[in-house]
Amino acid sequence: MNELKKSIITVIGKDSVGIIAKVCTYLADNDINILDISQTITGGYFNMMMIVESAEVKKTFPDMASDLRDLGEQIGVVIQAQHEEIFQMMHRI
Amino acid sequence: MLNVNEVIETNRMIHEMNLDVRTITMGISLLDCVSESLEECCDNIYRKITSLARDLVKTGQEIELEYGIPIVNKRISVTPIALVGGRCCKKPEDFVRIARELDRCAHEVGVNFIGGYSALVNKGMTPADEMLIRSIPQALAGTERVCSSVNVGSTKTGINMDAVKLLGEIILETSKLTKDRDSIGNAKLVVFTNAPDDNPFMAGAFHGVTEADCVINVGVSGPGVVKRAIEKVKGQNFEVLCETIKKTAFKVTRVGQLVAREASRRLGVPFGIIDLSLAPTPAVGDSVGEILEEIGLEYAGAPGTTAALALLNDQVKKGGVMASSYVGGLSGAFIPVSEDQRMIDAVEAGALTLEKLEAMTCVCSVGLDMIAIPGDTKATTISGIIADEMALGMVNQKTTAVRIIPVIGKGVGDTVEFGGLLGHAPVMAVNSFDCSAFINRGGRIPAPIHSFKN
Repeated sequence: MNELKKSIITVIGKDSVGIIAKVCTYLADNDINILDISQTITGGYFNMMMIVESAEVKKTFPDMASDLRDLGEQIGVVIQAQHEEIFQMMHRI
Repeated sequence: MLNVNEVIETNRMIHEMNLDVRTITMGISLLDCVSESLEECCDNIYRKITSLARDLVKTGQEIELEYGIPIVNKRISVTPIALVGGRCCKKPEDFVRIARELDRCAHEVGVNFIGGYSALVNKGMTPADEMLIRSIPQALAGTERVCSSVNVGSTKTGINMDAVKLLGEIILETSKLTKDRDSIGNAKLVVFTNAPDDNPFMAGAFHGVTEADCVINVGVSGPGVVKRAIEKVKGQNFEVLCETIKKTAFKVTRVGQLVAREASRRLGVPFGIIDLSLAPTPAVGDSVGEILEEIGLEYAGAPGTTAALALLNDQVKKGGVMASSYVGGLSGAFIPVSEDQRMIDAVEAGALTLEKLEAMTCVCSVGLDMIAIPGDTKATTISGIIADEMALGMVNQKTTAVRIIPVIGKGVGDTVEFGGLLGHAPVMAVNSFDCSAFINRGGRIPAPIHSFKN
């Protein structure tokens, strides 16, 4: 993934045991550092956001995004990775 | 640091409210492709477009993936071809040869439209301009992705009524040549007054002669996002309504600004402008008509529609201007009929007529757009409709346009199906009283006075 660029990983789906663990394991295996995690659960739905960054270029961004999407499919949630800038642009002047 | 609600809000806009970037359009100057020989001119065009735009589609796709924002169209606009082909084209068929070359380029680089099969004739026509205009029916019938436009008027020069008269005939001829496909040729032809040089939206995009060699222009959209935002302020006063639209437009445009900046950086091409438009699609929840209803109208076309559209258009600009470093193009709410499901519904319910649409175009972008009319409409009547719309633009110092489709073999009450983003449309009634003596006068309407504004 692109060095210096922070990314946002969002996980949305039915709450179940071990979702965070599985995502974190993937990130640890790929040397991706988690800067912040926050989550809300509304009506049994789990909304999690992680801000991550990677010091070393181990995976390209598209590879990471597609790995995470596949992981989400395995555990029955939707996982999306996006560059942080789209959110910064929209919500910060 | 970002919070989870902000992230959720952005992603909901994308996934549930059809937020997207409508188009990345690469503007390419073809002035240096001029040649004495038609074949050499076509070779030059092919080489220039396919080398500059080689990575356009790929880059657009990468940005979509990395930011998670759909970029619906990747397109190209070029220098008005009447200027490029003037040297080597001796007859209309020679211009058609260039149209085919442009179509080949579009297929080669994978863009869905290429605009700029155009002539700028707001004051007069050169022989090349006239040949290009006369070649439009064949060019549009014989190509798939080429879009054409003709600028026939401006606030500074008045209206070229000879061109308006000719275009009435050309539009009918284009309909006839594409009658087996519901006269779709005219969906790719726009008649303008005050046409902007940097418009990224089709079918009217061309790369003006005052532009740099190659630029990236981006068109944003997002009617669904605006509609959902104002659902939350139902019944509240205009101050609250306008603030809500403005803030939403800001957010939508910021995404366009990001995409434009990234596309420009990755392609190594300067960023031109963001076009702040609300561009609907036939998809449910992606409609300007729906916003008008949410503002408080039973249907688009009801009394109050022009005022509602005026405030919508103005707030979109006020929010969008601050979100982007350069704004240009058409910038305003589009009201195409066939491309907007709630506008189609309004026509079918009898709420929306051609005359009301004309009034609406006084306060928004861009004109009578994607309107199907009976195939037996006279050429002079079409010219009359064009002249009226051009006069609105000329006097009000704004861009206006006509993209009207006489559908051969169909009449009022029939429906035409264009498919895809072009949608479907009910054939609308046209005032059948005659204006041929007016159109047949010939010459041009002088430029309007620029003082005593009432």
